[in-house]
Amino acid sequence: MKFVDEFRDPELGRVLAGEILGEVDPSRHYKLMEVCGGHTHSIYKYGIDDLLPENVELVHGPGCPVCVMPMGRIDDGIAIAAENPEVILTCFGDMMRIPGSTQSFLEAKADGADIRMVYSPLDALRIARSNPERTVVFFAIGFETTAPSTALTLKRAKAEGVPNFLCVCNHVTIVPPLRALLDSPDLRLDGFIGPGHVSTVVGVRPFEFIPAEYGKPLVTAGFEPLDVLQTIRMILAQLRKGEAKLENQYKRVVPYEGNPAALKVMQEVFELRPHFEWRGLGFISQSALKLSEAYADFDAELKYTVPGVRVADPKACQCGEVLKGVIKPWECKVFGTACTPEHAIGTCMVSPEGACAAYYNFGRYAREKEAVVS
Amino acid sequence: MPVGVIVTEPAVTPEKRIGAGRPSAPDREQRVLDIIETARAKRPRFKDSAVNMSHGAGGKATQTMIEGLFVPAFASEALSQLGDSGIVSVAGTSVAMTTDTFVVKPLKFPGGSIGELAVCGTVNDLAAAGAKAQALSLAFVLEEGLDANVLREEVEAIARTASEAGVSVVTGDTKVVERGLADGMYVCTTGIGEIDPRASLGTDGLVAGDRVLVSKTIGEHGTAIMLARGELGIEADVESDTRSLWPVADVLLDAAGPDLRSMRDATRGGVASALNELARASSVGITVSEAAIPVTPEVNGASELLGIDPMYVANEGVMVAFVAPESADAALAALRSVPGCEAAAEIAEVVAEPPGMVLVETAFGGRRVMDLLAGDPLPRIC
Repeated sequence: MKFVDEFRDPELGRVLAGEILGEVDPSRHYKLMEVCGGHTHSIYKYGIDDLLPENVELVHGPGCPVCVMPMGRIDDGIAIAAENPEVILTCFGDMMRIPGSTQSFLEAKADGADIRMVYSPLDALRIARSNPERTVVFFAIGFETTAPSTALTLKRAKAEGVPNFLCVCNHVTIVPPLRALLDSPDLRLDGFIGPGHVSTVVGVRPFEFIPAEYGKPLVTAGFEPLDVLQTIRMILAQLRKGEAKLENQYKRVVPYEGNPAALKVMQEVFELRPHFEWRGLGFISQSALKLSEAYADFDAELKYTVPGVRVADPKACQCGEVLKGVIKPWECKVFGTACTPEHAIGTCMVSPEGACAAYYNFGRYAREKEAVVS
Repeated sequence: MPVGVIVTEPAVTPEKRIGAGRPSAPDREQRVLDIIETARAKRPRFKDSAVNMSHGAGGKATQTMIEGLFVPAFASEALSQLGDSGIVSVAGTSVAMTTDTFVVKPLKFPGGSIGELAVCGTVNDLAAAGAKAQALSLAFVLEEGLDANVLREEVEAIARTASEAGVSVVTGDTKVVERGLADGMYVCTTGIGEIDPRASLGTDGLVAGDRVLVSKTIGEHGTAIMLARGELGIEADVESDTRSLWPVADVLLDAAGPDLRSMRDATRGGVASALNELARASSVGITVSEAAIPVTPEVNGASELLGIDPMYVANEGVMVAFVAPESADAALAALRSVPGCEAAAEIAEVVAEPPGMVLVETAFGGRRVMDLLAGDPLPRIC
């Protein structure tokens, strides 16, 4: 595919891998966090880990929007769909399998709740228009990447006066969880692969505080394998020179100031929540969005009574420490016993690409590989 | 931008963590890995409280239902082989028998329809067992109100496809259910065929060094169906590859004979699931060379947009063949001589380690594990 394959050239990949080797100090261990779930996916899909030196470790960050959704919010969504027969609950496909406290959306659907997968919030609005006797609730999730499309859909619903369209807003913002991670005294990260998709909306500027206040490099990165490798080389080069700067590897897509039109529509439709719970990370203040006063009529949380119960992550769950790179998945107290891919407790086990799920499934192989290499 | 503050309990203090780092605790890590190993080696148990859509997707949930509920309940030697067909002995002759139910939506799609699918699916499961289909049964579940012309067209499609595949429909059944209960029509076919004398196939006979071939480009059927549902707003010229695979099995049996270890009709769950099932059954590893996988630009483009790997997408005309290395080249040449199979390719090699696992050497030069999916391949949002 033109304009894609160019960024997947294995020859250039080997050149970059060689350059990365030149940047590292063999006596030092490097932990770099890729913030965004999209990067985790690229790293996994292309096997980028294999091209890195042994002492450069990638830590999967909090940027997978479905994995950070707390059980209580999923229970709320299920309650709306199950207790109100007029409701059609709509959501993105990767939300369907995320476990709530007793059920996932997929299981609630099997029990009779009308839950449908859509590919865009506009599809949900279309379902509302063609089913005027039903109420269509869109279970909105995602970082600033997907929030503008929810905002635009709500604007359209308002302009057209669609009376049977509502939204459960679970949109989250990227900076507060990063700051929360950075504020932990036991953080063991050396640098950040910055979230490319989110940055197309918010720009690079909001991440200035990471090098400025915490002295860690952040390089905003694209999603093709060469993008990721080049970004890693840029971070390691900064570390070698003892620098901590904000750089943008993904200039072909991400402007420094982001997308002003998208930010404007978000400002119009959303406002900050005082706090929001993150699976594995707990409550983080001002880390999520809700519908603004002007859009209160579309707010499903105001229309329906939901349990709104905080389902605590089990005390033993140590996703926070895994995310911070403090412990390895297998060091968590519940790993492999109470917490497995079939019955996931924490965010790191929920997604197949999460650090714990990957280790659960492939840890033995990874260990054998290490033994062969060393 | 707002300031984020975590207000949960503090993390474990660094002092407590001393000595728990990677290099100093290999024993504990090994213990955890052993626990996982023991848990995974146990026969899967079907514990779900209700059936959901992932039980029908051909991934882990399907496997758990089959191995945890069906196989133990029926205690049948032929069933526990988990082949595409069961092999039974009838009056001293080895006969392959298989059954399949078709619930595809929409009933017609570019490149095929439910009728063609119902014949080819069963013919192909027999072909994978090394048997040419000889007789088919045909059962319809029809929905009240179904346009009779739709039924006529599908009956014609079944007759035409069966005649092309050289198989007769010898018995049947019809049920009608109330409006709203059957999406127009469901079709079930069962087929039998005598095992070809050239065949010595099994699911547990793979050994290190064996080569894995696919008979053509992959992912077309599933992509065509997804696009035909019209929910994605993507337009592309992708047609289902629905076709009889007996000609493919026939040339493979000729070219490789006893060196043909196993065949798999890579339908639901795609080629990736077929590889995983065989790796498990034979306790071997399989290493896939991603660059060698034949995929059309259209399927590649649609998969890229949806974030789906074509290796997990359903096919209705792709045979996966496992061949001893001595006969791999001859088998590949034979495959490519079959019309429509010019793109046949060797995509993987059987290795001793790690047993039960499929690894991919990515086109970019890295490695990853290609596991069974938990359920349907779903588009990603992030």
